[in-house]
Amino acid sequence: METNYLELTIGAVLVYNFVLSRFLGICPFLGVSKRLDTALGMGGAVVFVMTIASCATALIYRYVTTSVKIFGYAADLGFLQITLFILVIAALVQIVEVILQKFSPPLYKALGIYLPLITTNCAVMGAATINAGIDRGVWPATLFGMFSGVGFALALLIFSGLRERLELSQIPRPFQGMAIALITAGILSMAFLGFSGIC
Amino acid sequence: MNTILIAALVCGVIALVSGLVIGVASKLFAVPSDPRVDLVIGLLPGANCGGCGKAGCADFAKSVVAGENPPNKCPVSSAEQISAIAHALGIEAGSSFKQVAVVLCGGDLNQARQHTLYNGVYDCVSAAMVAGGPKSCSYGCFGMGSCARSCPFGAIEIINNLAVVHPEVCVGCGTCVATCPRHLIKLVPAEAKVHIFCSSPLKGPEKKKVCSVPCLGCRKCVKAGAEGQFTVEGVKVSVNYDTGENGLPGEDVVAAAGCPTGCLMTVAKHLETEYAELAEAKKETENGRK
Repeated sequence: METNYLELTIGAVLVYNFVLSRFLGICPFLGVSKRLDTALGMGGAVVFVMTIASCATALIYRYVTTSVKIFGYAADLGFLQITLFILVIAALVQIVEVILQKFSPPLYKALGIYLPLITTNCAVMGAATINAGIDRGVWPATLFGMFSGVGFALALLIFSGLRERLELSQIPRPFQGMAIALITAGILSMAFLGFSGIC
Repeated sequence: MNTILIAALVCGVIALVSGLVIGVASKLFAVPSDPRVDLVIGLLPGANCGGCGKAGCADFAKSVVAGENPPNKCPVSSAEQISAIAHALGIEAGSSFKQVAVVLCGGDLNQARQHTLYNGVYDCVSAAMVAGGPKSCSYGCFGMGSCARSCPFGAIEIINNLAVVHPEVCVGCGTCVATCPRHLIKLVPAEAKVHIFCSSPLKGPEKKKVCSVPCLGCRKCVKAGAEGQFTVEGVKVSVNYDTGENGLPGEDVVAAAGCPTGCLMTVAKHLETEYAELAEAKKETENGRK
């Protein structure tokens, strides 16, 4: 299958942005977007986890769920896909966390609580299942995971910038707090939908 | 049947392998951590509320062990939990105590005069900028709720245009203190039940012109209370919250003093009167409609 790298990269960041076009990973998008620095930390962690998770799940998909043969018996393990993905992603993030703590304490500190927090975030799972759904190879899947993470981080950064502005503006009483945040997110999403059809 | 077996086998093997790898990795790459940190984490409530200003209980535990924070910085822990932590670490629990905020003004809609009609942005800071706001008393509460909006715990209620703190809800975080343009909010010990609800340093007659519940500076309360329970600065009398040997004034002092304006009272009584006035005003408007 010819891989369309434009779709994989620009598409994952802008056109099919995980938060604003696919509406996955809304929880951290609303929860961790109050300040720019925490948004940056979360964005970094998501890029990191999504990349390794996409790679691992693509391997699982290719070599376990679609083509497993044990003692000569072949079985279709497609139904195990989600279970195995969660299992593998969770384990992988745990291992990475342990290793990071040992070898790169500054990075470990920067990612902080966000790393375990997004282990089974639906955006991470979404990247894995989308990759599996259209039968992507391991390398394009990894690339897709990474750029999806970048798209997520971009959306998070834009939104946290907006929310910092919202903090300072006069908002009518009924719209204060989460209400105006959700409205803003909706408008931002509409803006991103303008990218649709590019690739 | 085969599918089930194979599925179970595959899941089992993958789980086993990842479990083993995590186990080996955590042993191999173990970072020697301070056992005291784990001890303190165990003693903390684990709410991860961030009320202490740290990113979660684990972070706070680290700072406690490092000596950056006293254990009592945790607003959720009870006194026993804090002393348990302090005992485990062999340090002082911290000299500060549980505090609550109090708005030291009793001049609500019915008691304090308004000399102008303020039509601007409904916010105390904005009102203070426009020629000192609508209230005749330039040391009184605007009651526009800047403090109430800033309170993350919803402990401040605006009753009859007067901000009143509910001490049982307040955790003493002090967020509201900075928001008051008149600096009427004070953090006081949680045991302090009696306050003088007036912060104006003006002379008695001047205050009396604009408010019916000011502190006139008659010092009846000073005489009724024990030594050091009240402080007098010029005309203004206030409760001395730095507890001396005589402690804080209690309800008996309120009764004994017989404050002529009633600005010396307990928090509970203060709330009660405000609610009563509110109910009365409601009744009146209902009657007016009829």
